[in-house]
Amino acid sequence: MSALKFSRKQLGIPYAIFLALFVVLPLLLIILYAFTVENSAVITNDVSKFSFSLENFKNFFTQSSNIRAIYISFGLAIVTTAICLVIAYPVAYILARSEMRQKNILLLLIILPMWINFVLRTAAMKELLFKIGFYDSNRLSFLNTLIGMVYDYLPFTILPLYSVLIKLDKNVLEASADLGANDLQTFFKVVVPLSNPGIVSAVTMVLLPTTTSYVISDTLGNGNVTIIGKLIENQFSTMFDWHAGSAIAMILLIIIFITMIFTNKFSDVESENVRGGGLW
Amino acid sequence: MVKKFFKGGYIFLALAFLYAPIFLLIVYSFNLSPDIGVWSEEWGLNLYRDLFTNQDIIQTVVNTLVLALLASTLSTVLGTIGAIGIFYSKQRTNKVLMGITNIPVINAEIVTAVSIALVCTMMAFGRTYASLLIGHIVLCFPFVVLSVIPKLKQLDSNLYEAALDLGATPTKALYSVILPEILPGIFSGFMLAVTLSLDDYIVTTFTKPATFETISTYVYNAYAKGGKSSSAPALRALSTIIFLVIVAVVLIKNFTSKKKENN
Repeated sequence: MSALKFSRKQLGIPYAIFLALFVVLPLLLIILYAFTVENSAVITNDVSKFSFSLENFKNFFTQSSNIRAIYISFGLAIVTTAICLVIAYPVAYILARSEMRQKNILLLLIILPMWINFVLRTAAMKELLFKIGFYDSNRLSFLNTLIGMVYDYLPFTILPLYSVLIKLDKNVLEASADLGANDLQTFFKVVVPLSNPGIVSAVTMVLLPTTTSYVISDTLGNGNVTIIGKLIENQFSTMFDWHAGSAIAMILLIIIFITMIFTNKFSDVESENVRGGGLW
Repeated sequence: MVKKFFKGGYIFLALAFLYAPIFLLIVYSFNLSPDIGVWSEEWGLNLYRDLFTNQDIIQTVVNTLVLALLASTLSTVLGTIGAIGIFYSKQRTNKVLMGITNIPVINAEIVTAVSIALVCTMMAFGRTYASLLIGHIVLCFPFVVLSVIPKLKQLDSNLYEAALDLGATPTKALYSVILPEILPGIFSGFMLAVTLSLDDYIVTTFTKPATFETISTYVYNAYAKGGKSSSAPALRALSTIIFLVIVAVVLIKNFTSKKKENN
């Protein structure tokens, strides 16, 4: 029996080697870089010339602009996620519950933008904000970034919600009505709790990218919005201090890890493949 | 009746929000004004002519497509091998491999990007096409694994054993029994990989050679600089074409899958 299974298991070996080289090792390198500094002034990237230091972390936490970037990242991400949910939930609910013949076409129209290049969509939003005059004022930079984030991630919020709501048993809603609940009570006490897995996967799909992906804030923020992802990019691309950049990356990793433990408590193990769920 | 009107209206507003920027680009792709927001009296196809004569943009489009196809093909092979390997290994190995596979999915793209850049520098091939390809594979392969594993779960485990009992070698059984059954999962994983690769900016910008541009990095460079709406109006024409191609692909896909259902 075990001899028969061997040939399938063997396929795991080259795969495990790839994982070790390009998933595990890179993360270990981040940790190594984060806890070390270069001895010489020039960048050597020679591991033997590194020396242990906590300086990278100290420098990060003593600069108020960095702390501000963390606040901005999470503030923007949380507000974006909330707005996306508030806009997307009714859309998903109406579509899932409707008997409309055009339902499939409407759903298709909603997920169509997901295929268009993300940077291109953000660029299109910039053109629109230019057209309506929002981009001219520096005071609106945060609003512009927020609009862009909601715009980019709205389809990603609608889809997981829809796929949960479509499976909702009609009888449960009728039972709730029979037991004397009005429409509003049924919605908040029956529909919303039952759609929790959809909400959780929508949140995980929006929250993390909006915290770290600096494409939107760079394109729409007119240089006024710096998020944590941008800090890492700055260290790597303009300051060329890979050690400081790795330290920020490691802080981000820890935050992600904590968030994952937190969200895992609420989500089913089976709701995998969130990013592409239902796309193909 | 009123309720229905509100529902329809709400969906319409959501769609209007999603499509307004795209339609604006399409309209302005026929207007000769250098900046959106300023109407020019002149209309024409000049931007499209610019697009097809601009060697940079043509090269960029070719780069993007070749990279996406290469990266997603390699990711699909790797992901399929991985999924089979993970699924048939012992429970503990299974858990460890699955956990590591999920890392690039959960991780922030910027962290994946810089970590790949670090490892490629350490292995002394720095920022070359190889590092770019590896970056894109790391980005895509977990989604192939995640698409193939459910198909393996659905697979009747007796089939493989039956094939062996009937005299097939394990390799032959793998090719002619398991592979055809999980093909739909492999295909959807491949398509997902293509979309992810086409969409990516952050990993690309950290791993690409200095002079290599994809659509994402090109558009980013043209737009991310503040002050102006865009430094390359011809990109409006490119966006319009990309949008139309995607609409066509989605419609064809929808049409063919409907046909299959009817049969």
